[in-house]
Amino acid sequence: MHPIRKKRLITITILLSGLLLAIGLVLYALSQNINLYYTPSQVDAGQAPKQHLFRVGGIVKPGSIHYADKGLTVEFALTDKKHLVYVRYHGILPDLFRAGQGIVTQGHLNTKGEFVADQVLAKHGATYMPPMVAQELKSKT
Amino acid sequence: MIPEFGHFALIIALLFSLIQAGTPALYRLNGNSAYLKLNHNAAYAQIGFVILSFFCLLYAFITKDFSVAYVAENANTHLPLFYRLTALWGAHEGSMLLWVTVLGLWTFAVTIFTNKISNYDRSLILAVLGGLSFGFILFILTTSDPFARLLPNPPLQGQDLNPLLQDPGLAMHPPMLYMGYVGFAVAFAFAIAALIKGEFTRVWAKQFRFFVIGAWCFLTLGITLGSWWSYRVLGWGGWWFWDPVENASFLPWLVGTALIHSLLVTEKRQMLKNWTLLLAICTFSLSLIGTFLVRSGILVSVHAFAVDPNRGKFILTYLFIVIAASLGLYAFRAHKLQADSKLTWFSRESFVLFNNLFLFVAMLTVLLGTLYPLIIQALGLGKISVGAPYFNSVFVPLMLPLFFLMGLAPLAKWRQMQWRKLLKSLVVSFVCAAFLAILFPLIWQHHTTVLVTLAVLMAFWIVINSFFALMRNWQAKKKMLGMFIAHVGLAISILGVTFASSFSVEKILRMQPGDQVKLASYQFVFKKLASMPGPNYQAIAGVFNVFHDHKKIATLMPERKIFQHDKITTSEVAIKVGLFRDLYIALGEPLNNAANNSAWAVRIYYKPGVRWIWYGGLVMLLGGLVALYERRRTYANL
Repeated sequence: MHPIRKKRLITITILLSGLLLAIGLVLYALSQNINLYYTPSQVDAGQAPKQHLFRVGGIVKPGSIHYADKGLTVEFALTDKKHLVYVRYHGILPDLFRAGQGIVTQGHLNTKGEFVADQVLAKHGATYMPPMVAQELKSKT
Repeated sequence: MIPEFGHFALIIALLFSLIQAGTPALYRLNGNSAYLKLNHNAAYAQIGFVILSFFCLLYAFITKDFSVAYVAENANTHLPLFYRLTALWGAHEGSMLLWVTVLGLWTFAVTIFTNKISNYDRSLILAVLGGLSFGFILFILTTSDPFARLLPNPPLQGQDLNPLLQDPGLAMHPPMLYMGYVGFAVAFAFAIAALIKGEFTRVWAKQFRFFVIGAWCFLTLGITLGSWWSYRVLGWGGWWFWDPVENASFLPWLVGTALIHSLLVTEKRQMLKNWTLLLAICTFSLSLIGTFLVRSGILVSVHAFAVDPNRGKFILTYLFIVIAASLGLYAFRAHKLQADSKLTWFSRESFVLFNNLFLFVAMLTVLLGTLYPLIIQALGLGKISVGAPYFNSVFVPLMLPLFFLMGLAPLAKWRQMQWRKLLKSLVVSFVCAAFLAILFPLIWQHHTTVLVTLAVLMAFWIVINSFFALMRNWQAKKKMLGMFIAHVGLAISILGVTFASSFSVEKILRMQPGDQVKLASYQFVFKKLASMPGPNYQAIAGVFNVFHDHKKIATLMPERKIFQHDKITTSEVAIKVGLFRDLYIALGEPLNNAANNSAWAVRIYYKPGVRWIWYGGLVMLLGGLVALYERRRTYANL
């Protein structure tokens, strides 16, 4: 083979294999770090994964917020106006968290069927509703 | 009357932007130079009317004219004047008007700072900017009119500005960010004009680079301010969340940084012309995608506003037209721009090219993570979100080789260079950097990890090599001071990010007055609660004394504010700022139940080096400004 062509071939092979490796790693990282979103009804129907982390969104049911006597554990119920999911969270709730507000939580189901959240996301603005929650509520009515 | 003036001014500006966009074509048809004059004057008129419109809206905010719907939605009589002014860009309509106004300011800058190119060339650039302006003004007039009235029954009192936005850091964040985003519109216009003309000269590259650095400076400042704001306001002690909207500002920054460097090669070596143009188109497209992501409301994000889907469709169409037209033009014309010299492997230009590749790939991975949820949802495969670990595990490994190259490139010579000559100084700087990388974390934090050592190594590697390069070129009177400062700024940020993310200590706990807790080597004592009234809110503050070595070093008073208007609560963190560490307390919610009603959730952080992240950003900004100044000077001697 012509030496220049050979050099070119080697360069291209190195670049391509680098590219493939990068794409592989990126896709692997992506598959490890995506969190699926479920509604309380789907969780209630047992469609949510048992082991994986996932997200649940809904309205915080008024009157359901309960703080533990000790520590920082708080429990509340999330609803999509059809079904409830009980959420247990250890930590500080975001400023915009309150009864009636649309929020999204991320965590996993424990053996008792409670959702143990490690993240509670409440968003900007009093009137703001997470699009996923809003869409779900709209399709219900 | 004034709001109607504003509305009409915008309509007139729309017409002028059309003239501005069309006149160079007329000039090409019949060669009458009056058209070029018309083009320039139309640009001035367009800018004037847009700014007039902007001031009309500002006037409505100052005079608390609640008959204007947008004012009523974002300001009330209790809001202090400063926040009434900044409320102008607190929501969608006003921020779009700000976008167009900023585009006007950049257009004006083009008319001032391009005295070395011909009137026709300048009019081409102005025409592209006029077209962009036309699209955005049309968008405002058809879907998001900030001057719409609430008549005949205007409310007596307005609503409040989103309390989270009532902060000096955030008040200035959107204008800076927009100055950056929209500044890349000028880069885009330069690229399109070069494609239309079919030539890309050295002078053109110089002028081009001047604006790219300018836009980059503003974007850097905007991102830095945004990060600083989220640290102080959101109460999680975080400075970057890989939130889609943060990513939206970061994407153009990455490619804009690549563009600055590839333009340098184009200017000095008349190479990488096509690549530079593609980067310019890319940078502005990403700025538009950023605007689209934030404004369309399709994202679940801390920043997303709830808006109607028509706006999203309009911006998406606009985005499509801009990208399709520019890439189409690129496909037809790019072959006209041939490089004057060939690329050699061991040269500064090849290092810059590799740096560009890393930045571009880094941008693609962030873009993928940001858009992936949207793609999956569009395909009907479910609703997902991509977590921060994805970005960290993909982005960080890409940065390490980039930082390594950043150390090499300034020392390397243009064209061909000899390795041997460099090797000695490279070994010296590597050994010095490695020594510091091991010592520095040990002295500061008494322990270290592999990743920390690696990151600190890269930071010092960049600083030492950049310093060598600066010294070596000092006698040659080459303008490298801006480069040096900007690279040092990045190194400072790298150190800040490394230390803040590796050595922060955090405690979230339940406390009541009288409780105390130890964190790192600091003792925090919760003394009492105090109530503090404000202009449009009520606040409760926790008073904390902080001790170090039994000496009281600070009293911190984190607050929780309840805004009168809509009973939204926000927490105001208290921070003891230090060059080497921040002590940070956020007051959470009161943990009221039957047994106990004086306990509060409290979050305490010890964050070493966190300031460096933003100091680094500011130093990078300074580097950009120095580079601009150097450009002006060099340019005068041209």
